[in-house]
Amino acid sequence: MMIKTTLSAAVFALVLLGVTNVEGGPISDAALKRGFIQCGVNTGIAGFSQPDSHGEWRGIDVDFCRAVAAALFGDARKARYTPLTAQQRFTALQSGEVDILSRNTTWTMSRDTGLGLNFVGINFYDGQGFMVAKKRQVKSAKQLSGATVCVQPGTTTELNLADYFRANNLKLKPVVVEKIEEVLNAYFAGRCDVYTTDVSGLIVARASRAANPADHVILPEVISKEPFGPAVRHGDDHWFDVVKWSLFATIEAEELGLTSKNIDQQANSTNPVIQRFIGAKGELGKSLGLDNRWAYNIIKQVGNYGESFDRHLTPLGLDRGMNKLWNRGGLLYAPPIR
Amino acid sequence: MGSLKSIRLRSIVYQAFLAAALVLAAWYLIANAVENLGQRRIASGFAFLARESGFEIGESTFLSYNAADTYLRAIAVGFLNTFWVAALAIVFSTLLGTLIGLARLSPNWLLAKLAAVYVEVIRNLPLVVQLFFWYAVITERLPAPAEALNPLPGVFLSNRGFAFPSLVAATPLALDYPVLEGFNFSGGALLSPEFVALFFGLTLYTAAFIAEIVRAGILAVARGQFEAASSLGHSQWQVRRFIILPQALRVIVPPLTSQYLNTIKNSSLAVAIGYPDLVSIANTIINQTGQAIEGIAIIMLVYLTISLAIAGFMNWYNRRFALKGAEL
Repeated sequence: MMIKTTLSAAVFALVLLGVTNVEGGPISDAALKRGFIQCGVNTGIAGFSQPDSHGEWRGIDVDFCRAVAAALFGDARKARYTPLTAQQRFTALQSGEVDILSRNTTWTMSRDTGLGLNFVGINFYDGQGFMVAKKRQVKSAKQLSGATVCVQPGTTTELNLADYFRANNLKLKPVVVEKIEEVLNAYFAGRCDVYTTDVSGLIVARASRAANPADHVILPEVISKEPFGPAVRHGDDHWFDVVKWSLFATIEAEELGLTSKNIDQQANSTNPVIQRFIGAKGELGKSLGLDNRWAYNIIKQVGNYGESFDRHLTPLGLDRGMNKLWNRGGLLYAPPIR
Repeated sequence: MGSLKSIRLRSIVYQAFLAAALVLAAWYLIANAVENLGQRRIASGFAFLARESGFEIGESTFLSYNAADTYLRAIAVGFLNTFWVAALAIVFSTLLGTLIGLARLSPNWLLAKLAAVYVEVIRNLPLVVQLFFWYAVITERLPAPAEALNPLPGVFLSNRGFAFPSLVAATPLALDYPVLEGFNFSGGALLSPEFVALFFGLTLYTAAFIAEIVRAGILAVARGQFEAASSLGHSQWQVRRFIILPQALRVIVPPLTSQYLNTIKNSSLAVAIGYPDLVSIANTIINQTGQAIEGIAIIMLVYLTISLAIAGFMNWYNRRFALKGAEL
């Protein structure tokens, strides 16, 4: 794992050392020529991206890659996946190993401005929390002084953790392991008192990894904002647009009540908003350099945002919470598709 | 004489050209990288080293460190952690390896076979597998701190590591005993599971190789030397100390140097089990700052420095034992 990190960083260094002045190379053209998009996903976090028993990648981050493939190729299957650890993800995107990073990655200013990449939007609102064994009888994160905390390196989580313990004058003993599997092993083996990551990650880990999920509690404190979003690298504004509007299309479809089940029926609707969305009217697809049925293809083949959420996250016990649509009390909001 | 001089001159000119070409190539590559990074708006340069790191490090043996310290200090912590575990592993693997090497030559059949089995098993298993094994033994087989094993007064073995009393610099000298307070032991000294697993793994693994080097060195001394020394009336100890050992060391030291260098480099497998060594911390920094080229350059520079220092010392040591005139 470390070798891979170092290797991809080294390859990245070589690429930058070797090439002469890269002009904004159209990533979408390269993908079209190749016949598929290469998508960077998490190495394994249930509900977001994880291979199923047939080796097929599943999760909302994977669904997003499928949505982009559907928009670009008209075929959601034309996406391939590169599992990346927290440490590998940015170099993989910068060096061109992947076209999109769709890997529960927090959008921060320093990442957006300092890493040569652009976040396209937010596909999951989250915040960082703490999980402890119930028998510890801890009621609040403020009682965690002196605790050993398992955390993944190179994450905003690691920084928020240090900030929070510093701000509250608590003593911290971090155990930092790169692979999420190893971190979870360490926590569930009792190497750490506390496991910290985004609350969604805690819920998923508890549901999918704990011998007895009831033995672990998630503390009430949510210590940070963690807006996850897909990212692309600098140098191709067209690709940025395609990925960005693919995300908005999945959100807009939910607002319009368009699902993979009813979209063919709705195609006969006289509602001009829906007519534009599915590409029967207007030239929105063309202005994006895509087939006019790009959004129809996304919804038909992958489904809207809510369908994705219900398919992958609801079964794990995750609540829509902040990830409801704006007009239902949540934060999800897509600019008008017109 | 004239032709000799021209050969000399020519070789100097060639070497000057080669050096100039290398410098130019390096300059071109670096300038290009800087320009490309600038174009992609990726931060570059080493200014980040003076900024606050913002992350905690699990253990720092010699240097106090917290999240408010700089990236540079974090790297220093990583360097010292690497150096500390590698230095201990080198010392203990040399002792253990020598004993096992001697045991393998022992006339005692059982001892010799046990040593042979040890060498063959340990050196044929990948080191990273052994590290996972030791780490799992400590974190999954040992009890939680509250039920820690207490084999000796003040010594506690738990899945949080090995806690034992430490000396306090006071008059009269006193011992500071570890006590369970809240989540973990406080007071005394604590070796973390990550450190212990890495130290065990590196020591046992390297010892297997050193055992073979020692055995080879002793077997390389002609039997006649032993017999001749004995017949001159030297005691067994004198024979070993003054006749066999100096000759064996000539064979032992050069490959031993390679083993020491391997130990340093192998210690970077620490990332697999979460020991905060140089590579682990540099990787974190690369990720937090996005400055991959600088981070990798620092890793290379530090390893090169440590390795060259060890190689320099061992070469000096080797020269003391080498046959005069046998050096190349």
